Amino acid sequence: MDATDLARWQFGITTVYHFLFVPITIGMAFLVAAFQTAWVRTGNEKWLKLTKFYGKLFLINFAMGVVTGIVQEFQFGMNWSEYSRFVGDIFGAPLAMEALLAFFLESTFLGLWIFGWDKLPKKIHLACIWIVAWGTVLSAAFILVANSWMQHPVGFRINAERGRAELTDFWAVLTNKVALITIPHTIAGAFLTAGGLVAAVAVWHLVRRPGRDTAAYRSAAKVGAWTTLVAMVALALTGDVQGKIMTEVQPMKMAAAEALYTTEQPAPFSLFTIGTLDGSRPVYALELPDLLSFLATGTFDGKVQGINDLQAEYEAKYGPGDYKPNIPVTYWTFRLMIGFGALASLIALWVLWATRKGRAPDANTRGGKLLLAGALALPLLPLLANSTGWIFTEMGRQPWIVFGQMKTAVAASPSVSSGDVITSMAVFTLLYGALAVVEVGLLLKYAKAGVPDVSPPPAVESDEDRPLAFAY
Amino acid sequence: MHLHTLWFLLIAVLFTGYFVLEGFDFGVGMLLPVLGRDERERRVVINTIGPVWDGNEVWVLTAGGAMFAAFPEWYATLFSGFYLPLLLILLALILRGVAFEYRGKRDDVLWRRRFDWCIVFGSVVPAFLWGVAFANIVRGVPLDADHQYTGSLFTLLNPYALLGGLTTLLLFLTHGAIFIALKTVGDIRQRANALAERVGIAAALVAVVFLVWTMARHSTPLSVTLAVLAALCLVGGLVANRLPSRTDPQGRREGWAFTGTAAAIAFAVAALFATLYPDVLPSTVDPATNSLTVANASSTPYTLKIMTWVALVFTPIVLLYQGWTYWVFRKRIGTHHIPAEPAPTPAATTTAT
Repeated sequence: MDATDLARWQFGITTVYHFLFVPITIGMAFLVAAFQTAWVRTGNEKWLKLTKFYGKLFLINFAMGVVTGIVQEFQFGMNWSEYSRFVGDIFGAPLAMEALLAFFLESTFLGLWIFGWDKLPKKIHLACIWIVAWGTVLSAAFILVANSWMQHPVGFRINAERGRAELTDFWAVLTNKVALITIPHTIAGAFLTAGGLVAAVAVWHLVRRPGRDTAAYRSAAKVGAWTTLVAMVALALTGDVQGKIMTEVQPMKMAAAEALYTTEQPAPFSLFTIGTLDGSRPVYALELPDLLSFLATGTFDGKVQGINDLQAEYEAKYGPGDYKPNIPVTYWTFRLMIGFGALASLIALWVLWATRKGRAPDANTRGGKLLLAGALALPLLPLLANSTGWIFTEMGRQPWIVFGQMKTAVAASPSVSSGDVITSMAVFTLLYGALAVVEVGLLLKYAKAGVPDVSPPPAVESDEDRPLAFAY
Repeated sequence: MHLHTLWFLLIAVLFTGYFVLEGFDFGVGMLLPVLGRDERERRVVINTIGPVWDGNEVWVLTAGGAMFAAFPEWYATLFSGFYLPLLLILLALILRGVAFEYRGKRDDVLWRRRFDWCIVFGSVVPAFLWGVAFANIVRGVPLDADHQYTGSLFTLLNPYALLGGLTTLLLFLTHGAIFIALKTVGDIRQRANALAERVGIAAALVAVVFLVWTMARHSTPLSVTLAVLAALCLVGGLVANRLPSRTDPQGRREGWAFTGTAAAIAFAVAALFATLYPDVLPSTVDPATNSLTVANASSTPYTLKIMTWVALVFTPIVLLYQGWTYWVFRKRIGTHHIPAEPAPTPAATTTAT
């Protein structure tokens, strides 16, 4: 493998790993903030218990999100220096703004929230977690603006003399239609994930430890399940719009998502396809008539371009070359993304049914055992849906790194050897693997431990000697 | 002033902020096993920076992002050229960040000892390698006509750069010891002060040699002034560290000592950037044509203009709320402030009751 292939694998591994933690962070920040708000408003201790309990899981996850994110900030320059030179004038701006506007906000106010339980007035302390929550969304918005520019570059011109893209309209970059639809879709995915996690942990306690803090867990299960369901509706709606925009700006990605080789009008939606080994045409396909036309264009008889026709069109436009992404990967990740998400929302619906009208699931019944199994899958399905969704988005853009402007093949760092990339890939893969084991171990430990006791600490003689509310 | 000069200044400010703030974080991390004799003392040491280390670390992410936005050629050449040292720094920062959050999550001696070593490693490595990297940036590296780095790892390990690494390591160690003295009460404070005294002398000697060497290679009236100011502040800080406190007979003037080391680091970083200007990465091969400068490495004036507005509006806000955080957590801490957390495991609670 040459350095470019290795660099692609490395970027893929590190990004997918980073994005296991990011959605949990974004969604959980809001749910923890909501629990704390409920406590401040009602004074009901169950909400404080939930704030502290899920707050701890949130922090264990947040730490991993932070450290895996540091790598991404530098990896563009390390492995993709030619890309960085070409797009820096445009791509650097949202990145720098993300750090200045969002990273500072999140990190500083999270420190205040963790250590400020006894140092800040109740409402200011509550404001801290809300600032963190909105900081995570702001951060996601900036990085998605940057990514969307790679999918659909706007607001620039090419300076041939300096061999780079130059920014001409920053507002156009910020309001890129791909960004405007990708941001809500990604945030909804984050809520799907966090809602699933919150509900799953609560259901586990309801089933396995009946009678203990039932009121708190019932509330958490309902909040989590409702979050998941609402998020799924938002995902379906935003995903639909996103599909239509994708058909317009990246028709090859849409064609690859469907393994649609020849242009059709109307086009069917494929549920299942077996292709030839070289991926040039389908052998067998199970299809729903006209549906793809609707997904892609909004009408049931719209024309959808096929892979082979687009390939010919691109060759005419950009010169000879292979403009097809990896069809099996794009085809299956697209289906798995939708399937995993839909399954998660079905389980959430089941959780709501099992906890309706003051009921609690009973572990001694077959239904209770089944629900527990479903609950254990609940946080994993959205994670898989997020990953497959991003793999589809990113691999569907290949062979381009900046669609229509720069190919991935010429974007890597010329001064970095395969040996360098192998070294860093080995370091990151081994380290991330080890950290994943540690992190999952801690999450399980604290999830099983259950909601904490929140009775106030015993009085001490002087305020000066009072122990800190929290210390590392 | 030309916009790219302003952005050179802003990036210098971001790195200065990073080294002043993370300087004591790295110092605290390195001193963890030295000043923390038992578990409670170790937790006191870590908690001096508990609420702030993450916010401090963001300074380097912002500096990296600002380099990408304002000088993409600099960002691309530097980070692909300094590949392996940067990889080590990233590895160190990952381990350190995880260790802060995870070390207290299990009541297990071996678990904590392992994470203690992660904190030490995660502090020593960047404290040394950032010095090596910046010394190399000032010194220049082999760049070809396309501004591509043509050296190897060993090109970066020259005596001047290694001395730069030693300088930052010792400076941060002193800075961290004085910060611990400023933030704690009791025995740890005494030992931190005594340690700062000894390490401070070594740091001052090495720093002066490094700055003189730097000025001998390339200097302007401005960079010499800044270097002299750095040396004066460092000496002033070390002297203040020996003076007894007016209010507390047990303590010393740690506030002034800390101001001294912070100013010394700030002036030293400023002196390096002043020496570098107008280059951002000089080439040792045909310096006149191959060097990256503020002019040939920068983004377009339009991008710089937008970024300038964003920076001018938001940097003061960041400074305000970060300053407020330091105010909220201003109280000194001692071993008696450390709560009995992490709470005993549920199993242990059941046996006790």
